[in-house]
Amino acid sequence: MKKDKTSRTPVSQQPFEVEKPTDTNTIGGTVSIEINGEKMHVPLGTTILEACKEKKVHIPTLCHHEDLCVAGVCRVCVVEVEGFKTLQAACAFPITSPIKIKTSTPLVRKARRYVIDLLLSEHYGECYSCIRNQNCELQDLAHEYGVDGYTFGHVSKPTYEKDTSSYSVIRDMSKCILCKRCVRTCIDLQEVGVLEAIDRGDKTHISTFMEKPLADVICINCGQCINRCPTAALHANDPSDEIWEAIDNPKKHVVIQTAPSPRAAIGECFGLEAGHSMTMELNTALKRIGFDGVFDTNFTADLTIFEEGTELIIRLKKALVDKDASVKLPQFTSCSPGWVKYIEHFYPEYLDNLSTAKSPQQMFGAIFKTFYAQQKGIDPKDIVSVAVMPCSAKKFECNRPEMNSSGYKDVDYGLTTRELAKMIKEAGIFLPEMPKSHFDSPFGDASGAGLIFGATGGVMEAALRSVIEFVTGNKTEDIFANANILPLRGFEGVKYVELPIANVGPVPEILKHLVPSWDFLKGATLKVAVAHGTANAKKIMEDIKAGGKFSECHFIEFMACPGGCIGGGGQPIPTTPEIRKKRAEAIYGEDSSLEMRKSHENPHVIKIYEDFFKEGPCGHLSHKLLHTHYTKRGKFIA
Amino acid sequence: MESTIMKKERKGLVLFSEYKRGEGIRKALEVGRENILFELKSSKLKGRGGAGFPTATKWMLTAAAISEEKFLVCNADEGEPGTFKDRVLLMEYPELVFDGMVIGGYTIGAKEGIVYLRGEYEYMLKSLEDYLEQMRKDNLLGNKILGKKDFNFDIKIRLGAGAYVCGEETALIESLEGCRGESRNRPPYPVNTGYNNRPTSVNNVETLASVPHIVLKGGDWYMKVGTDKSSGSKLFSVSGDCNKPGVYEMPWGTSIRELLKVVEAENTKAVQVGGASGICIPESQFDRKLGYEDAATGGSIMIFNKNRDMLHILKNFMEFFVEESCGQCTPCRIGNVKLLEGVEMMEKGEFTFDYIEKLKDLGSTMQVASKCGLGQSSPNSFITILDNFKDEILNKRGNGAA
Repeated sequence: MKKDKTSRTPVSQQPFEVEKPTDTNTIGGTVSIEINGEKMHVPLGTTILEACKEKKVHIPTLCHHEDLCVAGVCRVCVVEVEGFKTLQAACAFPITSPIKIKTSTPLVRKARRYVIDLLLSEHYGECYSCIRNQNCELQDLAHEYGVDGYTFGHVSKPTYEKDTSSYSVIRDMSKCILCKRCVRTCIDLQEVGVLEAIDRGDKTHISTFMEKPLADVICINCGQCINRCPTAALHANDPSDEIWEAIDNPKKHVVIQTAPSPRAAIGECFGLEAGHSMTMELNTALKRIGFDGVFDTNFTADLTIFEEGTELIIRLKKALVDKDASVKLPQFTSCSPGWVKYIEHFYPEYLDNLSTAKSPQQMFGAIFKTFYAQQKGIDPKDIVSVAVMPCSAKKFECNRPEMNSSGYKDVDYGLTTRELAKMIKEAGIFLPEMPKSHFDSPFGDASGAGLIFGATGGVMEAALRSVIEFVTGNKTEDIFANANILPLRGFEGVKYVELPIANVGPVPEILKHLVPSWDFLKGATLKVAVAHGTANAKKIMEDIKAGGKFSECHFIEFMACPGGCIGGGGQPIPTTPEIRKKRAEAIYGEDSSLEMRKSHENPHVIKIYEDFFKEGPCGHLSHKLLHTHYTKRGKFIA
Repeated sequence: MESTIMKKERKGLVLFSEYKRGEGIRKALEVGRENILFELKSSKLKGRGGAGFPTATKWMLTAAAISEEKFLVCNADEGEPGTFKDRVLLMEYPELVFDGMVIGGYTIGAKEGIVYLRGEYEYMLKSLEDYLEQMRKDNLLGNKILGKKDFNFDIKIRLGAGAYVCGEETALIESLEGCRGESRNRPPYPVNTGYNNRPTSVNNVETLASVPHIVLKGGDWYMKVGTDKSSGSKLFSVSGDCNKPGVYEMPWGTSIRELLKVVEAENTKAVQVGGASGICIPESQFDRKLGYEDAATGGSIMIFNKNRDMLHILKNFMEFFVEESCGQCTPCRIGNVKLLEGVEMMEKGEFTFDYIEKLKDLGSTMQVASKCGLGQSSPNSFITILDNFKDEILNKRGNGAA
């Protein structure tokens, strides 16, 4: 029985995790049970829900979520278990003895129906005006159980005021059914703990510390709660109306950048299985909608590798050659805005470790309103820059006051995958049927390294593909077959890789003015780590605080969302480990199909250093436009 | 020391009989675990909080659980409307309760006992702490109790914060751990993973107070009192329309009519047995017997005379549950609201018989679909009051079938 004793959830309430015995005849390894009269063997500790799933017996659920600990509170999954006077919640009942289960008796059906009726009586929702219409688990259940009226009445007015304070997440508690998935997401999955049930009885509701608006508490805007909300009680702050307005305004030049993760997932909004990348189809759709330029965020992901990689090299040189004690290592990645806000709140004393490089989204924004405006001869004030992101925190990021080094807001609107899908539908376009087309010049297509930023470990892999070649002069392929750095892939919470640098090569031209020689790295071992989900980030941060092995790392990639960007808070709903895996496969598949798979080989990036950021990475202009600073926020709320 | 605890003259067969502090512990340590469990088993003592789980079984399961640490928790969150017998035991018979805890700790192998004291009982905290301090001085608590090698046990008192649901053992444990008082999923049960994920036996004050007597006088002696399925005696907290409200010790199996006579109740219309979560018994059923097999109660007996309005009483109960549901599970959180709304409809005379029947059906669903005992028992009074006083409530009001 593997249980997490550090978790907030009592061990007794965590799901049993039992290894399936390879030999099912092992005594005590399995239990013989009966589901609706059919016999089966299940491993000890299997829940009734899991057993039923295996037998293809459908049990409705609401509060249950694959990513979260057991709650057993909605009671819609109740079943009859012989010998028990009361009905049992299938999601929360671990099978440890031979039991007989009945899943569709009159009592069970009635109980489920009443539970749905009761939830509907307090759920303020007119489905046709709801953001989650046709993607709502409560609606699905009402349909499944043939609800044709409100048995116990229905609220006709909102019961709570909407909380629209946050740039990222809107709370509409009138639609909340108290399944507490958001609470469990926030505190168990992400270990942030902004949301909790307060008051009791009929006054129970989900709220924040002292019922403050979400913008005023330590929310990191990751939007994981949105992804797991079964209704529209939580949703992203949707800017699509403003974007339509800009598109329809002939004076405005509206550009859009698309990140790889939305492209790997948006097909799901059009009924496709998870794992279909729609990059080229999306280009066409966006042009048809009326965007004046469609660009690939991977271009600035490649740029990020230059900037962040150079920053790392500078830090390493200062620390190892100049013996400058003020240099902070390990360097942390800064492209996940959820992670950035997390560290600002929870570990503000480590902000100097955070790379000053802006995220790819913000870099592109700054370039649109400077380099691009110059090239196109457009007044930057007339450029509206939109970013399609898998992320709700990107909305907050683009509204950070410091993100305007060009004199204009770098990015005007952050749009989630879901919101873009809605715009595409509204424009009468069925995405999967679109012909393919390329990104617009002058930035063109980007490298596969930028592409894999979307999956956990991807930034680190992209960085290493370049670092290895820069420093050793060898090909990445010499060490890792096909340049696939497999130890950095996969969904393990924390990954750690050591890379010995046996020999060094010549310093490339672009870096020569910063480091004359690589000799100081000869014989060194590069130590890197990767964490996804802030709960895993916390593990690394606590280890660093305690002076553990991660404090000896040189570079650590942090992503706020489980799975990385492909599991972001702006991605299509639902999300499960399986869906995230498929999205990651789509991204890695696309990467391996490309010719150009290393950031430093991207000719457009090399050209922008020649033409615009003439002092090279981390030069004066790039510092002004491509780097930023952070705010020590702390955990305590005024 | 004992002077701070006021002792009234009370008489009873078991709990209110003679007992000298420490006697039970001495005997228990003498006879050993197996014999304690044997006597408990033959006494057929059942949990006095109301659920009636056999105490011997609970202790055996906790004793059998393998763990380096175990806990014994005394549930003193006496929150059921109309019960006040634990207050009497704690104030007047602390020796029984605490000796029972020490015996329990010894039996299950716990080193720590925790009293979860109802928030409103804060006023007795000082005297209880003083009492425990005296027990420590007298070697009835602490290390090597009464010289017994390897038996260390101490008791601490923790205050509740006023939530009714925390009387439910798993919610109580959540509260002890510093969390929001909400019941846990069962299984697994606290006897395996309870307080701090350790095997924990949660026992009612009165259950623990019965233990020293059983250990001293034996299970067979205890079985002589009460009925076969409900052995021993029970403390009843009697309130309402009678001349002698108070706490009475009576054998299980006493009929309601007998009890009413003792407390000098006249003109009685209904008796609510088991508090707000209990059942309402009309005059025609006053020969029913108090006991697990018939009219079960954790102790609360509320008497209503013929001047009382049953719907008003029901409304009072439902308002209580609407507020005191912990709010986590759907049937209890919203179901109770719907039942209360139904009561209000009946009050105004704006209801249909169909809808009231629907609500009763909802109530019976809540009884089986709610997550814990709170929601499972909250519809009891709704159902029994409507069943037993249908004429008074439905036919007298409005036009009935409005």
